[in-house]
Amino acid sequence: MAVDGVSFELPPGEVVGLLGPSGSGKTTLIRCMVGVQIVEGGSVEILGRPAGSPALRRLIGYLTQAPSVYGDLTVRQNLRYFASVLSAPDGDVDRVIDEVDLRGEADSLVGRLSGGQRSRVSLATALLGTPQLLVLDEPTVGLDPILRRDLWGLFRRLAAAGTSLLVSSHVMEEAAHCDRLLLMREGRVVASETPASLLARTGAPDLEAAFVALIDRGLA
Amino acid sequence: MSFARTFATARRALGQLQHDPRSLGLLLVVPVVLMGLIAWIFPTHDVDRYGPPLLGIFPLLVMFLVTSVATLRERTSGTLERLLTMPLAKADFIFGYAVAFGALAIVQAVLVSGVSFGLYGLKVQGSAVAVGMIAVTDALLGTALGLFVSAFASTEFQAVQFMPVILIPQLLLCGLLLPTDQLPTVLGWLSYAMPMRYAVSATTVVMTSPTVTASYWVDLGIVAAFAVGFLALGAATLRRRTP
Repeated sequence: MAVDGVSFELPPGEVVGLLGPSGSGKTTLIRCMVGVQIVEGGSVEILGRPAGSPALRRLIGYLTQAPSVYGDLTVRQNLRYFASVLSAPDGDVDRVIDEVDLRGEADSLVGRLSGGQRSRVSLATALLGTPQLLVLDEPTVGLDPILRRDLWGLFRRLAAAGTSLLVSSHVMEEAAHCDRLLLMREGRVVASETPASLLARTGAPDLEAAFVALIDRGLA
Repeated sequence: MSFARTFATARRALGQLQHDPRSLGLLLVVPVVLMGLIAWIFPTHDVDRYGPPLLGIFPLLVMFLVTSVATLRERTSGTLERLLTMPLAKADFIFGYAVAFGALAIVQAVLVSGVSFGLYGLKVQGSAVAVGMIAVTDALLGTALGLFVSAFASTEFQAVQFMPVILIPQLLLCGLLLPTDQLPTVLGWLSYAMPMRYAVSATTVVMTSPTVTASYWVDLGIVAAFAVGFLALGAATLRRRTP
């Protein structure tokens, strides 16, 4: 997947939505940002440094699309390990367990948790060390509506505390929760604007229709 | 590289095994059972000939398999990718595993040596402890080789198939089946490149001499050097960026 000429801002305190259909390059773009994607030609810079540079590794929290935690460890053991890799302060483990509402499961094996709980363990890991920038690859996919609402509440709280968030999703209705949108299609960012201006520009009744209209009319 | 992160990684890897008692059991019991089989197959004279070298080789095989699958699991589950976006040096990861499985190797070697010499009645001219040290070093070598080859496998299916590629030739040429000086010339040269040759050669010293000689230490040192070398190669070939 090639991602072309992408440049965007992630202001502190804002939730930026990275939206686009499956296969549009969202994950590739995210993996470039956290420095695990082989970049063929071109360069990626974040916070003024090349993506993947050691100084950035403490500043960016990354949530992979599939939950990447150890199934044969408890929730707390998982978080304790990642906290020691990040040299996160004492008490961070309990803080993030509370943030994702897993207090009751803290000493359960991750492999025995439900899919939704497992992805929240993975999210909790990304919150360790209070990173400046959170890059979340489809954090709400496959979760029930109540849980999705709670997570968006958490993202808003984190933003209010000054964190920048980049949240990817292929579900357009999630776009309404974001301050700004980056719409991707076939490896290109086809729009970068607020949900309100996207609606106004396309005259569409909702964001899903707006995205379709953008593509159909070649407004991108 | 950081001591704290290496140690945290080792502790985490052992914590995972703690929740997997079946694997832990297999890891410790399999070499003991295999040695029992050896003791049962051969008449006493031959047990003392084949037993001691195999005492080192069984832990090597087991640790190789366990390590290569464990690290591959990190790759396929995405935990390795996540770790590599964090301030974890590649060497922290590799040496963390080496420390964890090294500790297991010690337990395994003590157990299999203790049972072989104590219960199965295995005998050597030299000391049983010297044989035990070879077993530990061999197990470490197995861990190092497992970590190294897992970099070249993208599935568990592939990783397991590295065992016949990496270990069987060593088993054939290490001097166990035929003394290395009786091998065809080219194969004799080839055996110098194989760490298992030195392990068997060190064992032969303990089998035939009541005291530990200088050549024992040289051989053991070479096996250890291979282990450290493969760990370093494993760290060097681990890639932060993947397609």
